[in-house]
Amino acid sequence: MVDSNNARTSLHHTLHLRAALPVFLVLLALPQITAALHAEFYVTLATRIAIFALAASSLNLILGFGGLVSFGHAAFVGAGAYTVGILMQHGTVPAAIAWPTAMLVSAALACLIGFISLRTQGVYFIMITLAFAQMLYYLAVSLKTYGGDDGLPLAGRNTWAGIAPDDTALYYLALGALTLCLLFTQRLLNARFGQVLQGLRENPMRMQALGFPVLRTQLTAFTLAGAMAGLAGSLLANQGGFVSPSMMQWSQSGMLMVMVILGGVGHLYGSVLGAAAFLLLEEVLGHTTEHWQLGLGAMLLAVVLLAPRGLASLRSVWTRSQA
Amino acid sequence: MSGILLLEQALNGLQLGLMLFLLAAGLTLVFGIMDMVNLAHGSLYMVGAYLIATATQASGSYWWGLAAGVAGTALFGVLLEVSVLRRLYRRDHVTQVLGTFAILLMCNETVRMIWGSQPLSLNPPAALSGPVELLPDFFYPAFRLLIIVVGLATALLLYLLVTRTRLGMQVRAGASNRDMALAMGTNVQRLFTAVFGLGAALCALAGGMLGPLLAVQVGMGESILILAFVVIVIGGIGSIRGALVGALLVGMVDSGGRTLLPMVFESLFGAALAADAAPAVASILIYVLMAAVLFFKPRGLFPAHG
Repeated sequence: MVDSNNARTSLHHTLHLRAALPVFLVLLALPQITAALHAEFYVTLATRIAIFALAASSLNLILGFGGLVSFGHAAFVGAGAYTVGILMQHGTVPAAIAWPTAMLVSAALACLIGFISLRTQGVYFIMITLAFAQMLYYLAVSLKTYGGDDGLPLAGRNTWAGIAPDDTALYYLALGALTLCLLFTQRLLNARFGQVLQGLRENPMRMQALGFPVLRTQLTAFTLAGAMAGLAGSLLANQGGFVSPSMMQWSQSGMLMVMVILGGVGHLYGSVLGAAAFLLLEEVLGHTTEHWQLGLGAMLLAVVLLAPRGLASLRSVWTRSQA
Repeated sequence: MSGILLLEQALNGLQLGLMLFLLAAGLTLVFGIMDMVNLAHGSLYMVGAYLIATATQASGSYWWGLAAGVAGTALFGVLLEVSVLRRLYRRDHVTQVLGTFAILLMCNETVRMIWGSQPLSLNPPAALSGPVELLPDFFYPAFRLLIIVVGLATALLLYLLVTRTRLGMQVRAGASNRDMALAMGTNVQRLFTAVFGLGAALCALAGGMLGPLLAVQVGMGESILILAFVVIVIGGIGSIRGALVGALLVGMVDSGGRTLLPMVFESLFGAALAADAAPAVASILIYVLMAAVLFFKPRGLFPAHG
């Protein structure tokens, strides 16, 4: 199974460079394209999509590839955002300090929460991760020094070599972070560690009997996902200029899950597709009707009933029907 | 003085616990029998509260409103089960979470379209709006007493239904081993539609009881849904007895924590810190309780399966 000479198993994940590279090049040129079209607003939207794609991808690592349905992932995003906000409140502005710290804080929280949560399985795991996220949410609400319920406005953006990035620079930072995380995830999944992780998703009992370390593997994945979510939180705080407890609410965790599932559980690009589809849908429906959530709900339900493996699976459904 | 306060908190806790039990009973059976995560359960509570508030305004009587709203919600629950939820049973938990999350969004928006964004008022009957003197110098709101009585009566009826009737026997069989129950000739599909309708009715009853105390508004189902999930996870999924014990525990801990913790903190750490920390600790207390229970008993206090 871990023999690299072997034909690619279903546990291998390729970058699909022939499709991904052109998309990536378009994304690189996006600020120039929007500037030419006088539609700069879309850079902000694209940044938001990249940030949520990063957060959803980190959830996909444990949910899609590890089979661990965590219902508290927004807590790690929020913890990263709060770390950036609190550091800035105390005068620490350089991103080179703030962002790694945010990743470390989120990773440490994920490690602790994962250690306790991974004792349980299935539905109990879903609920206990939710419970821990709620604890962090209420903790943030009670931090009166840092805004409490009202949230914490940021004085500015984290600086790079003394310069605060403008919207376009922030877009490139988000795109870069997303790309790096996808590359890292792909390497990780094809390495021995990733194969074990996916094996545990398929059959934990057998993997344990074979002598693979169950808890250590899952906990490592959980911690890595927490770190990536913390990075997404740093970016989110920088984009919004604001940190608030609502970033950690359970509905936010639900939304991240929706993005992952909508895009396709266990597809490398699934969560990117899902985040883009979700946020674009929100944007389009939000402009047409005040009751856009009704449309969103109907679309989600349609996806669940008609494309159970998410948008990323539509292509294979289509090709199969052609054959 | 503190004895009276303790008594009052105990009654508040009992009241919250019993209402949580009404919500958790349906949720835990759905979970236990069909292994189905239903995030839309809180929506039934919201729909129930809105229907009851509307029917109360239309008929001028709280009691008629309650009856009509509970019946309407039970019907809505059955329709929901037959049309959508039934298709999700055989799917994995992730899909169920997504599907029921979609229903939750749709319910919220539909309610907002019909009734608007402003909270609705639901008034308890005038005869019950005042306080009752339970002990010398101890007054307790009459409507809150009614909630406790209704909650206790419903819990008792539910207990009799589950332990003494044929339907209850099938429900218990389905919860502990669905495949065996099927093999023994239970029509699990029909049984489940019935359980879902009953669960919806219980949700609506809780909505009608809590509606006058909390606001009837869009999104009211979400916060209480989380509490109901905490309850059934503590109690053990699929267990009615676990739901009752879990609900009372959560109700007591939550109510008690909110009033007693600030006093304890103030005497220990002084007023300034107490004002900041006590509400936070009080609101995470039930999650600490849940994490602690799961740490020692990963399947809850009264696991129904095996």
